[in-house]
Amino acid sequence: MFSSTTNTRGEKLSTLKLAVVQYGILAMMLALAAGLWRLQILGAESFKALAEQNRIRKVPVMAARGKLFDRDGRLLVDNYPSTSCYLVREQNRDVEADLPMIAAGLHLDLDQLKATVYRFRGLPGYRPIPIKEDITADEVAFIASHRNELPELETIEEARRLYPRDGFAAHLIGYVGEVSEEQLNLPRYAIYEPGDVVGKAGIEETYDELLRGQDGSRNVIVDSHGREVGFFGVQHATPGQDLKLTIDNDIQRVAEVALGDANGAVVVMDPRNGDILALVSHPAYDPNDFAVKIKSADWNSLVTNPNHPLMNKAIQDQLAPGSTFKIIMSAAGLQEGVAQDMRVNCVGGGTFYGRFFKCDKHHGVLSIDQAIPLSCDTFFYTLAQKLGIDTIARYATDFGLSQKTGVDLPSEMAGIMPSTQWELKTNHQKYFAGNTISVGIGQGETQVTPIQLLRALSGIASNGHFVRPRLVDPAQLPELFRQAIPDSFPGSGEKTVLLNSETWMRITDGMAEATISGTAAAAHMEGVDFAGKTGTAQVVGGGDTHTKGGSKTPNSWFVGMIPRRNPEIAIVVLQEHGDWGSNSALIAQKVAIAYVNKKRKEDKNVVVQAEAGKPIEVGAVWSEPAPASKGAPRQSGSRTAAMNDTGVGGGHFFVAIPPVSAMPQAVKASKFSLSTWLNASLLRFKEEAH
Amino acid sequence: MRRLLTFRDFDWTLLGMVLLLCALSIMQVHSATLHTRFSGFMYRQMIWIAVGLVGMFILSKVDYHRMLDWSQWAYWVFLVALVIVKVAGHKVLGARRWIALGPFQFQPSEWVKLILVLTVARYFANLGGRNLTWKEIFKAFAMVGVPMLLVLIQPDLGTTLTYAPILAAGLLLGGINLRQASILLLAAVVLVGGAWSSGKVLKPYQKARLTSFINPDNDPKGSGYQIRQSKIAVGSGGLWGKGTDNGSQTQGYFLPIPYTDFIFAAFSEEHGFVGAIFVLLLYFLILMRLIQNAQTAADLPGSLIIMGLVAVLTFQIAVNVGMVIGFMPVTGIPLPLMSYGGSSVLFTFLALGVAMNVRIRRFVN
Repeated sequence: MFSSTTNTRGEKLSTLKLAVVQYGILAMMLALAAGLWRLQILGAESFKALAEQNRIRKVPVMAARGKLFDRDGRLLVDNYPSTSCYLVREQNRDVEADLPMIAAGLHLDLDQLKATVYRFRGLPGYRPIPIKEDITADEVAFIASHRNELPELETIEEARRLYPRDGFAAHLIGYVGEVSEEQLNLPRYAIYEPGDVVGKAGIEETYDELLRGQDGSRNVIVDSHGREVGFFGVQHATPGQDLKLTIDNDIQRVAEVALGDANGAVVVMDPRNGDILALVSHPAYDPNDFAVKIKSADWNSLVTNPNHPLMNKAIQDQLAPGSTFKIIMSAAGLQEGVAQDMRVNCVGGGTFYGRFFKCDKHHGVLSIDQAIPLSCDTFFYTLAQKLGIDTIARYATDFGLSQKTGVDLPSEMAGIMPSTQWELKTNHQKYFAGNTISVGIGQGETQVTPIQLLRALSGIASNGHFVRPRLVDPAQLPELFRQAIPDSFPGSGEKTVLLNSETWMRITDGMAEATISGTAAAAHMEGVDFAGKTGTAQVVGGGDTHTKGGSKTPNSWFVGMIPRRNPEIAIVVLQEHGDWGSNSALIAQKVAIAYVNKKRKEDKNVVVQAEAGKPIEVGAVWSEPAPASKGAPRQSGSRTAAMNDTGVGGGHFFVAIPPVSAMPQAVKASKFSLSTWLNASLLRFKEEAH
Repeated sequence: MRRLLTFRDFDWTLLGMVLLLCALSIMQVHSATLHTRFSGFMYRQMIWIAVGLVGMFILSKVDYHRMLDWSQWAYWVFLVALVIVKVAGHKVLGARRWIALGPFQFQPSEWVKLILVLTVARYFANLGGRNLTWKEIFKAFAMVGVPMLLVLIQPDLGTTLTYAPILAAGLLLGGINLRQASILLLAAVVLVGGAWSSGKVLKPYQKARLTSFINPDNDPKGSGYQIRQSKIAVGSGGLWGKGTDNGSQTQGYFLPIPYTDFIFAAFSEEHGFVGAIFVLLLYFLILMRLIQNAQTAADLPGSLIIMGLVAVLTFQIAVNVGMVIGFMPVTGIPLPLMSYGGSSVLFTFLALGVAMNVRIRRFVN
């Protein structure tokens, strides 16, 4: 292959060839210099930014969610500190390979962990992936002791939701959870990123923007192993706004207990402004299960439960209103001038359109004033026939049926009010007039939600003033948010329907009579102007079955209010398959007692605190003329009342307390008359039963 | 008289420039290994440079004509050594590149580089610079191709590639004509394309490394990551750099192996465009000085030796700097005189020794 000697003759390399090589090298050097120019001069800024991005990691500082208080400022929903584990993907580290070790250490399912990491693949590399929330002290120790092997694990302290236990007020409060992929596609959730925690139901969802606050961040300097080597700059988190709900913790508790294990709902509202004092839906779920991350087994059992625990029955359960609808019928009949002088002879029913419609009793001849308290079906069959479906539908719709009420809770249902138009639109057929008869007693295709019914009936009792139910007093909301609520929760809203005073008087008197001598007489309370209407709504295929709780047993309704006209509180109770409406009236009564007692306690706070017979000291400010109150204040020697020329005075008084029996007292303390006493002891017994 | 000649004709200018680069190298190795477990590497680098200098002086003493005569024997010895490496070599990081000779670790593939320069120079010198026949061309191919193949299967793609410019320089300067060159180029394209698609010559990771520089984001974890971080390092250096020991990419370990293959990126980050251009200029001047030495060499073999060395050095600079700035794939070729590493330093100094040798004897005969 080689010759044995080396050629050393005088040949030389051609200068041309060497020149070519030299220019080649020069060209190469220029190319490299151009490359350096491109990176270091032209691209300097963007590469500097990238280098910073490498070096600096934003560690989120979670904002604490706003707390929820009841109307008296009592804490309903709090936060508690909790540690979450995040995975920080490093560009030069194969995180996938560490997953089995992480799964074992954090007691996670490996496949689920892989799925989580896969789900967040699209997130920029510096954004940590949440892999386990609310980790135990044991798991925190695992992470700390594996800093070197698993530098990608990071823990973050965050505030987590602490809800009342046992599902108390669960449906109105709602719950929070990780924002879902479907939600992220909605414009409303545009500002959220995967992994963010959002309100998913109830108040938590409606007021999420206010409650969530603004997450902050810490800028830390890291090396390529993700180790923190320094830190600069903190953007503090802005905690979410606390909200005061209209809920009254005491009333809510009584309502929860009163409904007991029954499937159904209770809503208590102040019809003057729409403040919801209590909202119960049973069965409930425990929102605390959602606060971390609900286990799929728990979720499945909630979803498959035939009693629909996730459903907020107060605003979503659409059922026939039964006899409670007769109030709407009465209003329509009286407004139309049909019902005023109408007399109907109830012989246990009546024949309409060639078919016999039953009434549960032989009521004999009655007017509307007896028909309401006795809930005579025959009377309202007749009235329905006279009014016709479209007139009924017009009034019902005016009173808010077949529309959402506009309560500030997500996913409210609208219900159904049949009419000829509705029949044409839904079933593409002419309305069969015979169906009107059933509609007249709240059966047939009519469907209402408890809150809808509550608003309608209490609105009629408020002389046609219908309110938008609300769980948060808008006064505490930012201007824009307040304005957005009617648009976000469209519905019947606040409105006034002009009613004749006769209509108003006779209906409210009729409802008051119902709790005295009528269908809800068992719920009567002496000294309390409690008015209401029962409903025993037959279910499809149920007929006249009366076995409480059975699937064919009627749904039990009651709407009650105190006082009968311009009520300050209205209560709706629904028990699915709860049989007679009077059963629900008893539940409403318990709530009413709690309310009345609380009111009296508040109003007569001084009296309740005072020891009988001893005068108590009160401070007062008045303007001329000086108050000539029932206590006949005496001026006390040293603390004489001062009076200035503006006519405003003030001072201390010792007020003699009149005998306890001389003034209205808390219901159970009343011993004034025999009947009150009997009544009160009955009430006491009922209260103690729970 | 010969000793006098030696000292007077030693290329002090070249050595000065080389030592300046070495100083920059030591400084950058120091900065790049600061706060790491490699922090003593600058002292080791100094020792290697000292050893290299001694080797350079020794090699410049021995007449290169005698080296050429020995080279054919050395060629066969090292061919055998390469086979031994493959069969019984010391496995490091999945590749067999080393054999143990007593207490010394010995990597024959680096030495083969020098021996190939000599054998190729000798081969073409013997042909006398006239037009080459195809047979002679193929002989040259076989001469370089066999050791290339042996190194490729170690596997050591980077070193394999550095053999190619030796052949290219030999052919170009040894008398290949334009027609032959075009045919060879065409054949090379077909061959490389075939080898690429056959999937038998290159391992998948090697292929990935070779292509990821085109779009580093396709492989953000592997060599794509390295290219990306390297470009960020260079680019973020800007005009004046971030200062010694102050490059966030270098000091935060974002830059892979910032003291060896990516030392130029670390240097560019900390010393900016100005520093990087200064280093390129030094390389350019060194290469030009070497070419001048080739021009003034006493005979054809001397010229061919130097040009072979120039080819290897140019190739390494182009590929390494090209890689650092994202023009070239990641091949694991160190930057001569800058990258930390005994083999690389030693080869460069010995190569310079040979070049000095040729220069010293330019007036002989």
